[in-house]
Amino acid sequence: MEKTRETLKIVVVGHVDHGKSTLIGRLLYDTNSLPEGTVERVKRISKEKGKTFEYAYLLDAFEEEQRQGITIDITQLQFHTEKRDYVIIDAPGHKEFLKNMISGAASAEAALLLVDANEGVKEQSRRHGYILSLLGIQKVYVIVNKMDLVDYSMTRFNQIRNEMNEFLNNLGVYPLKYIPTSAFLGENIARSSKKMPWYDEEPILKAIDLFEKDKEISDKPLRFPIQDVYKFDDRRIIVGRIESGQLKIGDEILISPSNKTTRVKGIEYWSEKDKTDKVSAGMSVGITVEDEFFNNRGELISHKKDTPLTGMFFRANLFWLGKKDLVKNKKYKLKLTTQEVECEILSINKVIDASTLETFEDASAVKINDVAEVTIKTKEMISFDEYKNNQNTGRFVIVDRFDVSGGGIIVAADNKELSNVIQLEDYLKNFTKCFNMDISWKGKYGLRVIADVAANGTEKPVTKNDISQRQNIPDVHLEEILFRFVNAGLIKYIDGPQKGYILGKDSENIIIADIMQVFDENLSIINENSIESNIRGKVEDCLLVNVWKKINESINTMLDSITLKDLVQEYNNSNDRQLIC
Amino acid sequence: MDHLDKLEAQSIYILREAYKHFGKLGMLWSIGKDSTVMLWLAKKAFFGHCPFPFIHIDTTYKIPEMIKFRDKIAEEFNLDLIVHTNEAALKEGMGPQEGRLVCCKALKTEGLAQVIKEHKFEGLILGIRRDEEGSRSKERVFSERNVDSKWDYTNQPPELWDQFKTDFKKGNHIRVHPILHWNEIDIWNYIKRENIPVVDLYFAKDGKRYRSLGCAPCTNPIKSNASNIDEIIEELKNTKQSERAGRAQDQEDAHAMQKLRKEGYM
Ligand SMILES: Nc1nc2c(ncn2[C@@H]2O[C@H](COP(=O)(O)OP(=O)(O)OP(=O)(O)O)[C@@H](O)[C@H]2O)c(=O)[nH]1
Ligand SMILES: [Mg+2]
Repeated sequence: MEKTRETLKIVVVGHVDHGKSTLIGRLLYDTNSLPEGTVERVKRISKEKGKTFEYAYLLDAFEEEQRQGITIDITQLQFHTEKRDYVIIDAPGHKEFLKNMISGAASAEAALLLVDANEGVKEQSRRHGYILSLLGIQKVYVIVNKMDLVDYSMTRFNQIRNEMNEFLNNLGVYPLKYIPTSAFLGENIARSSKKMPWYDEEPILKAIDLFEKDKEISDKPLRFPIQDVYKFDDRRIIVGRIESGQLKIGDEILISPSNKTTRVKGIEYWSEKDKTDKVSAGMSVGITVEDEFFNNRGELISHKKDTPLTGMFFRANLFWLGKKDLVKNKKYKLKLTTQEVECEILSINKVIDASTLETFEDASAVKINDVAEVTIKTKEMISFDEYKNNQNTGRFVIVDRFDVSGGGIIVAADNKELSNVIQLEDYLKNFTKCFNMDISWKGKYGLRVIADVAANGTEKPVTKNDISQRQNIPDVHLEEILFRFVNAGLIKYIDGPQKGYILGKDSENIIIADIMQVFDENLSIINENSIESNIRGKVEDCLLVNVWKKINESINTMLDSITLKDLVQEYNNSNDRQLIC
Repeated sequence: MDHLDKLEAQSIYILREAYKHFGKLGMLWSIGKDSTVMLWLAKKAFFGHCPFPFIHIDTTYKIPEMIKFRDKIAEEFNLDLIVHTNEAALKEGMGPQEGRLVCCKALKTEGLAQVIKEHKFEGLILGIRRDEEGSRSKERVFSERNVDSKWDYTNQPPELWDQFKTDFKKGNHIRVHPILHWNEIDIWNYIKRENIPVVDLYFAKDGKRYRSLGCAPCTNPIKSNASNIDEIIEELKNTKQSERAGRAQDQEDAHAMQKLRKEGYM
């Protein structure tokens, strides 16, 4: 029956004029898939305009496209075989329209990469191949087209096959088939070609049926980005699309990055037949939850046992389509699932010319049509996954002013930058050197924990989860640290609907020495001179330099005069720094 | 999820994106099957509410049954309905006798542009589909129009991973196309599954039915005996006729639709 049929999206890519539109047009023609009179009409129009008939005109609907004999924008059309339904996307091959090619390729599951047998492998053959690999499209057939122009030569076919294979394998793309065709003459399109007896595999029409469809992603961890929150009546409905996994009524859920937990109370519906107690990947749903927090678009719902990454720094591979170069120290907008956040490029680690694979390590900008490896910093915490673990939550686009100008996939959260933990560690290392202190890991963690509670616990208590996520401290340690602080009266636990930790006394009444004492740290100053040299330079922009200056001023009373409040004030005065450093 | 579930989920996602991003949003309702399906999808997306107005551009040349159906559904669904007519053009005698494309442009394109200006719409939801005709097959889901409703179709922005065009110059507007990815048979299968009301003109009487609805002078019924949805679906599976074959304006020129739509036609 119609309903259980599967649909596969295939994009047709390759260098300009290598025959992509012709191939699709011919496929439609040979399988009798065109509405009555279409070919006659196109033939008539071609004649009126004094042009010879092209199958490509069946797709290149714009007058400008037909006039120039070139595809400008993608066409998506539906087509079916006995086995299944297809959406075929005809991509333009001209370099200028790479943005359109990517718009088409981004949603495809499989690809036909065309190479003109006569012209051979060209710039966009390679660049498109690179884009396929970046997008993670693994189901690729390379089509060696216009075989009629090379006398259906097997040698020429093998030559191109080897060249393309070497290039693509380098990128981790392993084409499943190489098919020689003449799109214009219909050789190996819908029927096997008699002109190429040396090729004994399927023609295109049969070959596409052999692409295996991806499995549904409902068995992956739950990812449910909040799209909006509706309050049309007495229900507060959180809506969005389940990007992966499943969700049931009664499930305990975590909302990131704000780190709130609650339970699913109901799954809402309008039409009675849509009533259900379980929803899964791909569905656009609405849920109500037990605790009525203030929820925002962009937050990501998951199960506690398998949470997304949260942070402000990540490394990504991206392609750039903007007319203006992508540069550092400029504000862009990043859109990832339903999250929209200001971002900047922290570093351009490598720029790659996608057609030659030439790399540039010290580029200061990424130019149009180039791909690059970059480190991105977002202004606020966002939640995401690495692309290899979850495609839907591991990719993003970058908006420059009004336009989507690039897109990328997340390679890894940047641990070095994440939460500035390392910078703090650095600072503490210097600190200990200066004062010859041997602060244990507990002392270091302790300082971080109490500063976190002080900075974030003024409005409402912070949960253990909040702290562990922000400070990246293992649960077992965190438990002990909190236990010690609570025992010492520096931190208090609050029960009730908003449970969590707050400071036990005002932060101005907590001095650093108190904190250290909780962990039995013994502080003694031995070498004043090394203070300057150790802190300068390495942590020049470290906020604690200011605190340190105070230390220097009243070195003798230091341990009793610096309070937690000072620390937190530094944190609050800084505009977008995370905790302490 | 079956095929229709997937189409539906994607459409709902698009509708919700539009609602989130545009303060001034409206849905164009042509009374035909596609925009009535869209109305249904909106009900689902917003849990029975329709949080924006519905707009009908009335050329006064519509088939009378369409207007009757419009008013009935508007009441049943409690729609906030804006009906707009380009009165000025009509006063000057505009009609199909002036030329079909001229008439379409004046009564539909310009009528629509007037509503957009008057209500300062930033987002306008339309029920077009890629499989209808060439220029629509190249559309984006969120498609920008400038202050004069013009479409810069040779320079469309990238659209990937469902990250749609939501940043644009003030005064421009975005055409939102939630059912762009559906085809004609999908529409009928969905109407059947959801039991969505449609105007009777689609069902054959005396060997004829309308396959696509428009203005009376420019819309011709097709030969058909399909008098219920099942028969329509069966007919469509076997036909080689294009859906808009009965729409005269499409046939006026090789690139008629592209030319109309470039100026802001639906
Ligand atoms: N001889 C020969 N010509 C072909 C073949 N396939 C396509 N062509 C011709 O090559 C020209 C370009 O074909 P298109 O289908 O427009 O190429 P394309 O890859 O879609 O080009 P863009 O979309 O602009 O990148 C047309 O004139 C076709 O008739 C073939 O197999 N043999
Ligand atoms: Mg083409």
